[in-house]
Amino acid sequence: MTTPTDDVLQQVAMSRAEYERLLDLLDREPTDVELGMTGALWSEHCGYKHSRPLFHHFPTTGEFVLTKVGEENAGAIDLGDGWCAVFKMESHNHPSALEPYEGAATGVGGILRDIFAMGMRPVALLDSLRFGPLADPHNRHLFAGVVAGIGGYGNCIGVPTVGGEVQFDPSYSGNPLVNAMCVGVGRREHLLSASAAGPGNPLVLVGADTGRDGIHGATFASVELEEGDDRRPAVQVGNPFMEKLLMEACVELAEQHRDWIEGLQDLGAAGLTSSAVEAARRAGTGIDLDIAAVPRREHGMTAYEVMLSESQERMLVIPKREHLDEVLAHFRKWELHADVIGHVTDDHMATIRDGDRVVARISVDVLTEAPMYPPEGVRPEGLDRLQAEDLSWHPDVQDPTAALLDLLGSENVSGRRWIFRQYDHQVQNNTVVRPGGDAAVLRLKGSRRGLAVATDCNARFLALDPRIGAQLAVAEAARNVVATGARPAAVTDCLNFGNPEKPEVAYQLEQAIIGLSEACRVFATPVVSGNASLYNETPRGQILPTPTIGMLGVIDDVERHLTAVPRPGDLLLLLGATAEQPASTLAGSEYQVRTLGRVAGLPAIDLDFEAAVQRLVLEAHTEGLLTAVHDCADGGLAVTATEMCLAAGTGLDAPVVDLGARLDAALFGEAPSRFVVAVADSEAATRLLALATGQGVPVVALGELTGDRIRLGPVDLAVDVARDAYEHGLERSLTGEAPAHVAGRP
Amino acid sequence: MRAAVVVFPGTWSDGDCTWALERLGIETRRVWHRETEIHRDELVVLPGGFSYGDYLRCGAIARFSPVMGAVTEHAEGGGLVIGICNGFQILCEAGLLPGVLMRNDSLQFRCQENYLVVGDRTSPFTQGIEAGRALNVPISHGEGRYFADTATLDRLEDTDRVAFRYCDAEGRVTPEANPNGSERGVAGILNDRGNVLGMMPHPERACEPLLGNEDGNVIWQSVLDAVAAARV
Repeated sequence: MTTPTDDVLQQVAMSRAEYERLLDLLDREPTDVELGMTGALWSEHCGYKHSRPLFHHFPTTGEFVLTKVGEENAGAIDLGDGWCAVFKMESHNHPSALEPYEGAATGVGGILRDIFAMGMRPVALLDSLRFGPLADPHNRHLFAGVVAGIGGYGNCIGVPTVGGEVQFDPSYSGNPLVNAMCVGVGRREHLLSASAAGPGNPLVLVGADTGRDGIHGATFASVELEEGDDRRPAVQVGNPFMEKLLMEACVELAEQHRDWIEGLQDLGAAGLTSSAVEAARRAGTGIDLDIAAVPRREHGMTAYEVMLSESQERMLVIPKREHLDEVLAHFRKWELHADVIGHVTDDHMATIRDGDRVVARISVDVLTEAPMYPPEGVRPEGLDRLQAEDLSWHPDVQDPTAALLDLLGSENVSGRRWIFRQYDHQVQNNTVVRPGGDAAVLRLKGSRRGLAVATDCNARFLALDPRIGAQLAVAEAARNVVATGARPAAVTDCLNFGNPEKPEVAYQLEQAIIGLSEACRVFATPVVSGNASLYNETPRGQILPTPTIGMLGVIDDVERHLTAVPRPGDLLLLLGATAEQPASTLAGSEYQVRTLGRVAGLPAIDLDFEAAVQRLVLEAHTEGLLTAVHDCADGGLAVTATEMCLAAGTGLDAPVVDLGARLDAALFGEAPSRFVVAVADSEAATRLLALATGQGVPVVALGELTGDRIRLGPVDLAVDVARDAYEHGLERSLTGEAPAHVAGRP
Repeated sequence: MRAAVVVFPGTWSDGDCTWALERLGIETRRVWHRETEIHRDELVVLPGGFSYGDYLRCGAIARFSPVMGAVTEHAEGGGLVIGICNGFQILCEAGLLPGVLMRNDSLQFRCQENYLVVGDRTSPFTQGIEAGRALNVPISHGEGRYFADTATLDRLEDTDRVAFRYCDAEGRVTPEANPNGSERGVAGILNDRGNVLGMMPHPERACEPLLGNEDGNVIWQSVLDAVAAARV
């Protein structure tokens, strides 16, 4: 091969300097297959070359953590009694920007494979989504397509989609974020490794035939999107039916024939290249495979195309030699193709043949040691000024009832039913708390335990301060889990950022990882898995820094879980703060964006205090004091209290609460470390007050859930009107229809 | 009574059906679609899912599975068969029940709580259900809109073969309570003999208080009681 042109290098997302590095390491020119394989594995998507230098910040260990972070397809934690949970979140942003249905669908397919590759049964899916405002028809197209794609895949395969969240912000216009998370559970002894151990063992490719779809998908994910981007061939097409068969076959293999196999690995980004090479690296072995043995769905595919195809629904199985026939028969029973395409070697080389011809022979170490670029961040100009802005200069709210109604119907606050009724959230009969609560709760069949799962990240806080914003994201995810009565246990993250080669993005990335790590230490929730999606930019700019947090919590007795659904007649209390709040708590709030048209100020959190409030909620629940708990976040106290009224089907009688000098901050500010809780009677309220006061946590009685009007300080709103705005807000944003209350005042 | 839960490639409610039936103490086995043996005393359950990925048409490929010959024979011999969701679609494709299930009128998948009211009360599946009682049984489908020509619909109604209709929480059959545009609010129908039931909602998902409610058990209990009474 002659020296590649700039075009060729760009295709494999390799810089000239990286090419020179490869030349040095090889001491010869690479073949085109070697160049393609190296480009894919050195890309940000596979090699994490800009983010890995920061990963040392993460707390990753704990006595219950069963995997080393980054070493397996997902992180595993011990749930006790022989059970374990594996979970991970992954992005499929760029494909979804071009082809929303298939992009989102294959994102779901990919994260599922990561879980069942570990031998665990997928029991829940969650999706954290970000789009530009729905007023733009292209964003509506992307939003509707992504939701349909998630449902199309998840519904067909029979894994419930139990939660997630969606936010809208102009920075995501044209560059939506689609982060899919999957949780699997199983017995510890069935946990599999993605390792190509045992030289001489065969490599078996199972599932779909290989086509030209998705070639350069990994490199495509590692560059910025261009206007009118036409890289649709890089987007794969999903076949959830095939994946269902693969899933059942793999889980059954792990559960019943764990001893037949050494390893199981999915084929994701960079296809066979990444799959086989990573499996060899884990085991310290090599691989020798013949692409002529790979079944194709198209004629005339080159070795390069076969090695880099990202055709979906394929798995690489490494059976023990003596059990090969049984493994092949096992997959045949599930009506799946399974073909031996090579074997494990002890030479630490990746040898690729096309029949008699060797088309690549390259060291596994060279392929998997991507160059590292520690980000060189520079604090963005103007951030100081933005943070220093005195928010008390802005006028206070004039009509708080109208402001609340506006928030309730807004695309960021309104109810999410339009989305989750398109997802099967019940299949498998484990869903105890369905989507729409703070976190989803799943029971674990055969155990008393339950799992609580939530995703979270309010990127507007990160726009104001990436370090504090990331702390807030972890804190809110933990709060969501605590609101179901669960102990926060562990975290997966999905780091969505712009181009890390830009100093201000590098700053965001570094600060966010530091903040995220600090918070995870305080909550004792190690980061057990994750994914980085950088280069989320269009010519119009970069996305808000969005390190999405996926949090798993454990409930010891699932029968005693909590919900955000109080009973009529319950008393509502605000826990964690006085009702009065300073104007600074409006920083990054939905109210601020809707009134000011931008974010300003400096959000704040005291992590130790946050942890203390969360512990208090769990303690009060153990004491049996609480009937319902809701995280006080988006839209502030007024929205949180209203959501509990709607759930209970009553109004609220709290007209005389002291809201202090700044009504807007008290009602709509988004200070952290707050819960709205419900108790059954005044005796429980008194006991809660004593418990909280003893631990130095403020608590304020709001009022009784009764009547058909929501009265909170000066707010006075009919429940029916609030419900109409809240339940139909998202649909109206999609159709442009005016809310009912516009016709007549509430 | 025992139960045989049929598993086609792509079926996903087999586990939930088994769970619900075993909770009621019913001995249950799963039958892979390539098997052809079904016992006379078994309640055959065709569960929900996307058999063969719903490719071509929902249920269109599954009806050719080897097990369907045995299911048809079982039904013709008077054996009990219940098809839920995809199972209902398969029964229609196989000609064991009339009509078809079309795309929901919303053109979207729907997974939500829904109420059902019993229509006919003479079949084993429905004899034990209180008339007018609204049962909270969820749906989960994209193609659940029951359709048949007017003559067929009239005949179904005239011969008391509409097993369930969608209703509101008070048991009223209204257009608003119909989640998919089904003709005449039909949620489930019976064959002439009353031994084959097809229904779109998932009774196996409404089987324990922890998951929301146990209204679905009423249907299984009705079958159990009917079989026990027949034996006596």
